Amino acid sequence: MRTIAEPLNTTSSLREFLHGLPGVDEVGVKARATALGTRSIKNESKAWAIDMAIRMVDLTTLEGMDTPGKVRAMCAKALRPDPTDPTVPSVAAVCVYGDMAPVARAVVGDNLHVAAVATAFPSGRASLEVKLQDVRDAVAGGADEIDMVIDRGAFLSGNYGLVNEQIIAVKVACGTAHLKVILETGELRTLDNVRRASWLAMMAGADFIKTSTGKVPVAATPAVTIVMLQAVRDYYALTGSQIGVKPAGGIRTSKDAIKYLVLVKEIAGEAWLTPDLFRFGASTLLNDLLMQRQRMAVGHYSGPDYVTID
Amino acid sequence: MNDRVEVRKTYKLFIKGAFPRSESGRTYEVHDTDDKFLANAAKASRKDARDAVLAARAGFDGWSAATAYNRGQVLYRVAEVMEGRREQFIADVQAAEGSGDKKSARVVDAAIDRLVWYAGWADKYAQVVGNTNPVAGPYFNFTIPEPTGVVAAIAPQDSSLLGLVSVIAPIVVTGNAVIVVASTRRPIPAITLTEVLATSDVPPGVINVLTGDPAEIAPWLASHGDVNAIDLTGVTSAELAKKLEIEAAGTVKRVRPPAQPNWLANPDLGRLRSFVETKTVWHPLGA
Repeated sequence: MRTIAEPLNTTSSLREFLHGLPGVDEVGVKARATALGTRSIKNESKAWAIDMAIRMVDLTTLEGMDTPGKVRAMCAKALRPDPTDPTVPSVAAVCVYGDMAPVARAVVGDNLHVAAVATAFPSGRASLEVKLQDVRDAVAGGADEIDMVIDRGAFLSGNYGLVNEQIIAVKVACGTAHLKVILETGELRTLDNVRRASWLAMMAGADFIKTSTGKVPVAATPAVTIVMLQAVRDYYALTGSQIGVKPAGGIRTSKDAIKYLVLVKEIAGEAWLTPDLFRFGASTLLNDLLMQRQRMAVGHYSGPDYVTID
Repeated sequence: MNDRVEVRKTYKLFIKGAFPRSESGRTYEVHDTDDKFLANAAKASRKDARDAVLAARAGFDGWSAATAYNRGQVLYRVAEVMEGRREQFIADVQAAEGSGDKKSARVVDAAIDRLVWYAGWADKYAQVVGNTNPVAGPYFNFTIPEPTGVVAAIAPQDSSLLGLVSVIAPIVVTGNAVIVVASTRRPIPAITLTEVLATSDVPPGVINVLTGDPAEIAPWLASHGDVNAIDLTGVTSAELAKKLEIEAAGTVKRVRPPAQPNWLANPDLGRLRSFVETKTVWHPLGA
């Protein structure tokens, strides 16, 4: 693989680099995902994986009907997922709309990260000035992680320079807050595009690359996550900086979550098995993780009556 | 004449309206009463039971909210489709139970009639089981039955069709969802019934049928936190029944004890009343 020698900031230089990346073997990636998904995880490892998955959850509520009360309840759950069991760890962060960031921050204090979606989430269809103001508002409201969406229209029409500039501008507006760049892989159509968008985002300054908004039918899939994990691994080999990955949307069961952890270990390596470098964007996943944890603790299957209603 | 290739049967489970193999991949051989090989049946594991409970919980939401009239119609539809497959059921029962033509036909007809009977009760049992209560105060006070939730049932071991129908019909007609473990040695009529259920408007997950060994599967169902009641009708070992009752007590389940009644006799409302919760409402008057 070539090095990133010259500054890549024009559409033509970006196109040359991104289209020079090796193509993705789609069939191979899907076969790899299936093969790794069938791995049998024994009890002791499963207990470890469930706790690690809980610590990696970005507990999310991104609904038009979110109320301060709902956000507060969710934050309380994020701090103490199972009030009956003090050994359950807290989740990594809560993820809310920008205007709810102050509400979330007031509850979690300095104990958890507060992630806010910004830049005209989920479509990203607004002027740059509006997007940047959205980011500044969220940061001022107490968010220390910003989840931005890329302009998929610009990306798909080949205007890589514009996407690049916007990510850089948002990164500046973030200040010290971490930047997660949402690629919305369900709208990128091909795994080649996922690979290109991943590189584009990383080179523009993303701290995390995230699969999806959760607002389009196709969200995180194992295949997409594999391609993104390969990208962060190769980027690390090239530049020495570690970028995080966050699959979001559609991960609902402990079984799925554990499959993703297997992917992380096998593709990116064990260094990525930390909440600083891998997150799950999820809402219902946490309850399933808690039920599995209860099942391992008491020896019989648990049910939704024994966890909170979201 | 005899040059057709034999169609060998390996039956599957019935979970969420679909026919999955056992997660364990296991099967067991089913023989008739003369020990002649009939077919292979899936041998369900604890994970199949877990999947069935998930399916039943999902099915329960819609089914319990459906109108009583609608539930009755669906049960009647099951009886209709069974009637269309009458000859197959008679052959199945004959092979499974070793009974003669006439007895088998009588059993199948009784099973169909039993479904029709319970279907009729769908929008009537609440009037019989519920009540308006005279109270000394300015309240309108009434009592209504509500479904218990997800019910696990062990079907009778001997009466492979009539007993099975007599166990599941009263459970589902009141709005519960059921996971039933079919007769271990005589599962074929139950499997044919699943083919009927799949084509007769029963919403996915409302009736789930597992084949295999109750001693293996039932303890997981009895202890499961998301199962609300357990019907031990088909449990033949007193030791297993005791173990299951103890397991069920851990999550305070409703338990119906083992029984071997004469299935051909006319039923009473006992089974209908077994898996309902009584709700009493005090409504202020003249406010």
